Amino acid sequence: MSDKTKLPVGYEAIRDKGWLNAHKFLLLRRASQLFFLALFLLGPWFGIWWFKGNLSGSLTFNFLPLTDPFITLQGMVAGHWPALTALIGALIVGVAYAVIGGRVYCSWVCPINPVTDGAHWLHDKLGMTKGWQPKKETRYYVLGMVLIVSMLTGTIAWEFVNPISMVHRGLIFGVGFAWAFVLAVFLFDFAVSRRGWCGHLCPVGAFYGLLGTGSVLRVTANKREACDDCMDCFAVCPEMHVITPALRGSDDDTPLILSPDCTNCGRCIDVCSVDVFEFTHRFDDTPAPGRVRQKSTPAPKADKAA
Amino acid sequence: MSAPKSKKPMDRRRFLKDASRGVAGCALAGMGLTQFVSDARALPAQAIRPPGALEESDFLAACIRCGLCVRDCPYDTLSLAELGLDGPATGTPFFTARDVPCEMCEDIPCVVACPTGALDHNLTNIDDADMGVAVLIDEEACLNALGLRCDVCYRVCPVIDDAITLELRTNERSGAHAIFMPVVHSDACTGCGKCEKSCVLPDESAIKVLPKRIAQAHSADHYKLGWEENNPLVDELIDLPDRLPGSGTDNLAAPGGFLPGDLPDPSMEGGFTSGFKLPGTGGAGQ
Repeated sequence: MSDKTKLPVGYEAIRDKGWLNAHKFLLLRRASQLFFLALFLLGPWFGIWWFKGNLSGSLTFNFLPLTDPFITLQGMVAGHWPALTALIGALIVGVAYAVIGGRVYCSWVCPINPVTDGAHWLHDKLGMTKGWQPKKETRYYVLGMVLIVSMLTGTIAWEFVNPISMVHRGLIFGVGFAWAFVLAVFLFDFAVSRRGWCGHLCPVGAFYGLLGTGSVLRVTANKREACDDCMDCFAVCPEMHVITPALRGSDDDTPLILSPDCTNCGRCIDVCSVDVFEFTHRFDDTPAPGRVRQKSTPAPKADKAA
Repeated sequence: MSAPKSKKPMDRRRFLKDASRGVAGCALAGMGLTQFVSDARALPAQAIRPPGALEESDFLAACIRCGLCVRDCPYDTLSLAELGLDGPATGTPFFTARDVPCEMCEDIPCVVACPTGALDHNLTNIDDADMGVAVLIDEEACLNALGLRCDVCYRVCPVIDDAITLELRTNERSGAHAIFMPVVHSDACTGCGKCEKSCVLPDESAIKVLPKRIAQAHSADHYKLGWEENNPLVDELIDLPDRLPGSGTDNLAAPGGFLPGDLPDPSMEGGFTSGFKLPGTGGAGQ
């Protein structure tokens, strides 16, 4: 911790880099989320049918099929072997996210992300406590549960409740009471569990996380030496545990953020006034010395143990 | 803490505790989800799936609710169910015949558009579609059944004279007129719903498309319709052994049960002499 810890999140970054640079990836991300929604709205709103369908399955330029691999998997577990079009679509999407980072879906595409980000913003503004924090494995339990229920009921089970497809399909095809699910997620994140839905429970995120375990696109803390402990990256990161091993590692530890939970949202890059983080690929082995301070820490620990 | 020794059992205990809590929580959530899914997959009778849709139980494993069938339907017949407003499982495609019926496009674009095969790609002739079956559900209101000549359902039927025929009956009320009764034939009816759409009665239609699971009974196998062609009352003639007075029961060895010289004594009561000669009999009776 340093004196800067007490400054508002992003204060130094805005001061040193300017507001725009300190929100670059946030703005890009919002643009991307809007973009992917707008693609599908071109048809129903303006009659331009370049992109048909929704995030569950779509057809682009009457040629390129895309299918959600998680939904496809549930269908297969439920006992339906999908037609070739859906399989090809799921393969394309699966490979793409396996390369650029599975949870890029969560932060750059998913329409629920602005909702939970909004909930977190309000939560933060009101200075609320973090509330219920499920164990880090919980999302995988939920993922397993969804697959088992799919198998037992012979249905694509998560699609009965999935707030992502509810809101996305709702905006494109007619919303019904789907907004209730969105509101539920918002309230859950706001009042029950900080960063609870996307960060702990959502099985779609868990699936995409697993899918992108070996993804190429990664954030690195390769200038971790320069870190001044302002803690802003931890404050903005939706999965803050992913930062620690990279940022606080010693010389021998990789500065790459390799956790599948990282959503490649780039907010840590935004808020760092000393530019510790940047996007790179997972094979980047530029030497990144750990912070000098790190080396002195074992001593007090030894004292404690004795 | 004497750290290293106690570390492992603590971890195991903690792991077991966490794991059991996780499993229990997920089991609870899973039961809730299962219950919700079971409730939500009930399909109302008036919601008709697009042509080629798999059986409802298979359909919900196959349909990813992408809406591509809806987009490629040129008549805006199909729509995706909206949560809480329409009956079918949310996001799945359906149509309501009384609002917009299926126009039975020859190229079946909705089926072609389906990426998963929830709409079966083997359906290439729309006349083979099986979305449901029309039922003349209110004979008391049907104008034709009252002896008038409405005929609209019959006229609009895309498979006219096969799916709906007009059966001539005597009008018992007048005693002098005919009733042209619309009769649906389930083997030809595609369930497109054009009859239901065009029924001239206000509000509800007298003829409605219903899912076959509701509209059709299973014919009883143990009843034989002897008047149908190639459907004899008994499958084949069975030659049962005949038992007649005499010593033999094997009618192959001794047809009619008689062995020559084994007839009852003609001099006694009931005795007689055989009036015919059995051909080629032989062998001992049993």
